[in-house]
Amino acid sequence: MRGATRVKWAAGAVVVALAAGACGGGSSGGGGSTNGIVRASWGDPQNPLEPADTNEVQGGKVLDMIFRGLKKYNPKTAAAENWIAQSITSTDSQTFDIKLKSGWTFSNGEPVNADSFINAWNYGAALKNAQLNASFFAPIAGYAQVHPDATGASAVTDKLSGLHKVSDTEFTVKLSSKFALFPDTLGYSAFYPLPQSFFTNHSAWLAKPIGNGPYEISSYTKGTGMNLVKWDGYKGSDAASNKGVDLRVYTDNNTAYTDLQAGNLDLVDDIPASQLKNVKNDLGSRYINVPAGIIQTIAFPLYSSRWNTPNSAKIRQGLSMAINRQQITQQIFQNTRTPASDWTSPVLGDAGGFKQGLCGQECTYNPSKAKQVIAQAGGLPGGHITISYNADTGSHKEWVDAVCNSINNALGNNTACVGAPVGTFADFRNKITNKQQNDPFRAGWQMDYPLIQDFLQPQYYTNASSNDSHYSNANFDNLVNQANAASSSSESVSKFQDAEKQLVIDMPAIPLWYQNGSAGYSSNVSNVFLNPFSVPVYNEINVK
Amino acid sequence: MGRYVIRRLLQMIPVFIGSTFLIFFMVYALGDPVAALFGDRAPDPATAAQIRHDLYLDHSLPAQYIHYMGNLFKGDFGTAFNGQSVLQLMGDAFPVTIRLTIVAIIFEIIIGITLGVLTGMKRGKPVDTGVLLLTLVVISVPTFVTGYVLQYIFGVQLKWTAPSVSPSAPFNELILPGLVLALVSLAYVTRLTRTSIAENTRGDYVRTAVAKGLPRRRVIIRHLLRNSLIPVVTFIGTDIGALMGGAIVTERIFNIHGVGYNLYQGILRNNAPTVVGFVTILVLVFLIANLLVDLLYAVLDPRIRYA
Repeated sequence: MRGATRVKWAAGAVVVALAAGACGGGSSGGGGSTNGIVRASWGDPQNPLEPADTNEVQGGKVLDMIFRGLKKYNPKTAAAENWIAQSITSTDSQTFDIKLKSGWTFSNGEPVNADSFINAWNYGAALKNAQLNASFFAPIAGYAQVHPDATGASAVTDKLSGLHKVSDTEFTVKLSSKFALFPDTLGYSAFYPLPQSFFTNHSAWLAKPIGNGPYEISSYTKGTGMNLVKWDGYKGSDAASNKGVDLRVYTDNNTAYTDLQAGNLDLVDDIPASQLKNVKNDLGSRYINVPAGIIQTIAFPLYSSRWNTPNSAKIRQGLSMAINRQQITQQIFQNTRTPASDWTSPVLGDAGGFKQGLCGQECTYNPSKAKQVIAQAGGLPGGHITISYNADTGSHKEWVDAVCNSINNALGNNTACVGAPVGTFADFRNKITNKQQNDPFRAGWQMDYPLIQDFLQPQYYTNASSNDSHYSNANFDNLVNQANAASSSSESVSKFQDAEKQLVIDMPAIPLWYQNGSAGYSSNVSNVFLNPFSVPVYNEINVK
Repeated sequence: MGRYVIRRLLQMIPVFIGSTFLIFFMVYALGDPVAALFGDRAPDPATAAQIRHDLYLDHSLPAQYIHYMGNLFKGDFGTAFNGQSVLQLMGDAFPVTIRLTIVAIIFEIIIGITLGVLTGMKRGKPVDTGVLLLTLVVISVPTFVTGYVLQYIFGVQLKWTAPSVSPSAPFNELILPGLVLALVSLAYVTRLTRTSIAENTRGDYVRTAVAKGLPRRRVIIRHLLRNSLIPVVTFIGTDIGALMGGAIVTERIFNIHGVGYNLYQGILRNNAPTVVGFVTILVLVFLIANLLVDLLYAVLDPRIRYA
């Protein structure tokens, strides 16, 4: 038995060593003092951190910390306010005169002047730089010469002819057609200025981007995290009220949430779906759930012979009435979504163009009417439909199944609608871009800037950049043109709403729900809130 | 011996080429990655074409593969979409995963073999039944359950350790993830050792050793255990590769930025260079681990000779 006793001792020793090691880990990782630094969760940005090449929220949140543009969207009201711009004026809604405030600099000391903007915009628009946000420069005159649309075409020049420097603090922008709300788009990150060092030493800049915002980057390890510190030379009125922000990349939002509970993290801006039931108990008032500029829809391939018949609009309206939005947002999303009744978002506010109930009874749950409407229109094409979604990210399966279930119940047919998962997001998007869809598919739209124009024109204008349904209606296009040419923004908004009413009739996409932004924070920090883009306003956070 | 090793190393070349091609082909079959870069927005054709050109995606599959292999032999594993070179990604990720694997293997060896010997020597006793039951539970509970549960207990409730691992991933923070990663294999190691010990206790050489009057400890460690370890060593050897590549779940739960994390990102973003680069290295790890296992046989059992 001596041997066995020894073995027992060995096993005991291992357990003790394990416990001791675990303790050691705790004291090094779980420290409480953060010295005025906010520790926040982050996701690895997909693309290099260039303003015109960042189109997703993780890269966007860094750019919003280290850059300020001509305008800034008020984090509470979403209104576009002049920031670096002293004034932006126009007499004809086509040529805009932009005057800059003086004294702004980048954190490396370079001045922010007219050239900083003109060079940055030319770079973003030029085809050879293959910037993902190039299409934001499309309204500017000369875009077709620097960025021809056809595959394989090459650019004639690399300077936008519509940009003209007047002096160091003034430049003009000429658009190719009237666009009254153009100044309000200038708060988007694609329009941020860039310092000379971006062009002279590009790779060094990418390794550690330099901007003109309230923070500067002190270190950046791609795929792992970023440390930002308050920039003391910042000129704006929204200087950081904390000493800095540490962004940590999490692969799994559950882990970030666990770290928040353990006091290892101060801010999580993506509450995992599985924790939504517990989050109020866990965090109490430190849980944020507010509307964001995101709408989810079910889009239809109007190029498919299944959906371009004269009766198919009626069928789409019927399907819309068959979806019990209220129940799904409560049961599946735990009220982190709000049933949609128009094609915009509540964050726009009434003045900005949001109109609750614009869609009317066509977006109100009414199963008996839904069944009747669809039957009158000749029934679903081929007797049943599928709703396709990408299965790799987000929890789309749950709600797509619920939507189908709701439709099936309304129609009294268990096989009327089934979900059709597609393996990867890339494959899913390819099928849509290549017009290979025959049945409806999930679609989401996150606004680039808080304007009704951004919710309607890119998605529903004929041949627009994100018109995945390939919807085309002369009346809609005409009203959008009128709205863009309008002399005042209230007139413009009301024209856009008129155009939106055309969508009720044609129903190219069924509005489902407005998505909320959710976040949770530790008792270490206070004054945490989300802006209309569902990104935390880092510079306002106070650390205890 | 030397010739055997050289022959085995040469055999790795066709396996290496074949596996890279297969993986390259599979990632290629996932579809065009460019559309996903634009998110929910439709890409404009000219920008998409320019990106495809920059990434060499506008060529046929064989041309892309030859281009990739050509760069590979120049030491260029390509770049991920965020502009990092895959070589750099591997340089950051592999040390972390290797540390995690070492922790896991140590757990397997120490706890697994110890429990195996203990139960093998006390067949039918309560200790044996208890451990057997325990391993059954461990084998049947999926890793993500044990991972989240242990993380919550030790990280949030007891606060013995941080729930997630810091970017530098030192050994002391990897103890809990390593245990979670090792648990299932540990149970198998216990059972394998137990069976093997149980069989060999009846062996003639054990009886001879006992009859010679050797101390019990010497009989168990020098004679019994050494002969019983061959199947266990095989299992642990192949497990090295499996642990390194299969740590995706554990790495996600504990936010460890190792091989699993990079593979996951690469697959999600359809980035062929990342996936092919990492999997190729994993294939090599498998091959070398297998070779080492075969060589270890000769050490454990003098009857085995390689020529």
